[in-house]
Amino acid sequence: MSADADVEVLRREGRIVVVGASLAGLRAAETLRDKGFTGSLTMIGDEPYEPYDRPPLSKQALLGRARAEDTALPRRREIDAEWRLGVAAEGLDRQAKRVRLANRDTVPYDRLLITTGTRARPWIHPDEAALDGVFVLRTRDDSVRLDRKLAGSPSRVLVIGAGFTGSEVASACRERGLEVTVAERGPAPLVGALGGVIGAVADRLQRRKGVNLRCGISVTALEGDYAGRLRRAHLSDGSAIEAEVAVVSLGAIRNTDWLAGSGLAAGPRGIACDAGCRVFDVNGIVTDDIYAAGDVARSPHPLFDYQFLSLEHWGNAVEQAEIAAHNMICAGPDRRPHLWLPMFWSSQFGVNIKSVGVPSLGDQLVVAQGTLAEERFVAVYGYHGRVIAAASFDGAKWLGFYQQQIEAAAPFPPEYGTVDRRTETLEPVDPAFPDPHLPTHGPTVTLTGHSPSERRVEFVPSHA
Amino acid sequence: MRLVVDLNRCQGYAQCVFLAPDVFALHGDEALLFSPRFDEAQRDRVEEAAAACPVQAILVDYSDEPTRGAEPHVG
Repeated sequence: MSADADVEVLRREGRIVVVGASLAGLRAAETLRDKGFTGSLTMIGDEPYEPYDRPPLSKQALLGRARAEDTALPRRREIDAEWRLGVAAEGLDRQAKRVRLANRDTVPYDRLLITTGTRARPWIHPDEAALDGVFVLRTRDDSVRLDRKLAGSPSRVLVIGAGFTGSEVASACRERGLEVTVAERGPAPLVGALGGVIGAVADRLQRRKGVNLRCGISVTALEGDYAGRLRRAHLSDGSAIEAEVAVVSLGAIRNTDWLAGSGLAAGPRGIACDAGCRVFDVNGIVTDDIYAAGDVARSPHPLFDYQFLSLEHWGNAVEQAEIAAHNMICAGPDRRPHLWLPMFWSSQFGVNIKSVGVPSLGDQLVVAQGTLAEERFVAVYGYHGRVIAAASFDGAKWLGFYQQQIEAAAPFPPEYGTVDRRTETLEPVDPAFPDPHLPTHGPTVTLTGHSPSERRVEFVPSHA
Repeated sequence: MRLVVDLNRCQGYAQCVFLAPDVFALHGDEALLFSPRFDEAQRDRVEEAAAACPVQAILVDYSDEPTRGAEPHVG
């Protein structure tokens, strides 16, 4: 039997198992059926819910615009899948081609897609994390619980970490009329994703909206009362603040633990895969039956020195899932590469923040349109004399243009005239990214080196 | 009915806000907030909004195939 015939058999009667029943898993399943896959399809998810959309959980769901329970994703088509929800995958046996579930069931596969995503990084001290009033925000249940707590008008909310999620939570709290303190270890909010120059704009914005922002400071301990309710937090400058609620927004951990011992190149920075979403094993040999997509994957990108990028972006999950699904049921020459340009958005304090490209790779920055002082601008990032990224505050209409500039490796600083340009010559400045070895909190792009097993950045929790 | 907006595509033209104000709203000048679940009564308006979106960022349900084994929607 030829390899091509194998693919035909697979498309007709193969068994495809998707581990991770969220955005990437759902879109992959729809694409498989769209491409004519008629075999059996099993969707495994650790949460008991049908696939739902996470971005609203820190926005609409906390602003009273929607309930967290109502965020189920729309379906592009029927997928005729067997759903195994509310039970996590616990192990992978590549020899036997079987996924082992937490309830001891095993699920055999011919092709496996891993879309297990990330989970919220918990507070470092488990006993303090267990206090009533200490939250993380990643799941539907997290959002419901936090919303309920905020409805009780707590005297003060402490947000730990001023990445995107933390800043969005702080924004929602201010709109609800709640007192908020944000504690950020870095010099400004959003600094890991966008650098210190843009971080300074976010800093002004938060203060103007009434946030008690404390940068350059870490929370060293959370203290409860006799009944186990949070009452105050201790800070690294020796001070303490009274708070009934703490929202721990220290970024995400990739859900790769269940792959320990599987022999796949999976670790804290994600699962390494090639540009066709095929997963590498620990020896750097690519598998042909296991694929990864979404937040859990990291793959090399030609526009960014072929470094392995790991992206916690909604759009990446959709696009990479579609590519993975296509490649799973295609013969070699028909496969397509995942060359998505990183892109994300955040809305906070009434401002629409968007980014395209990889800002953290930038060594220079110019404000090409608008001004930082007005909190309405497009900042363009340069890397070795070419445009590598752009970020906008209320300037979304321009980002498509900068996307083309990045894809074309256009020279930096930009040589063209732009609308709403305020200076005669664009003066490049250092975008002021913190040392990449220090942890950052924002859901953004992480450059994770050139080899499937390399890890350049490691999270080092601060201890009291 | 379920919907989602691809906010990477959205550029804040706000056509949807005019056509289905109960489902879409601007927050500030440009940020779009949408209700991910809407009533059948809103269906025509939402479909009009999806069709009118200049960047085609709105995805509305094409299938109500049940998700067997999922915890049912409450309320």
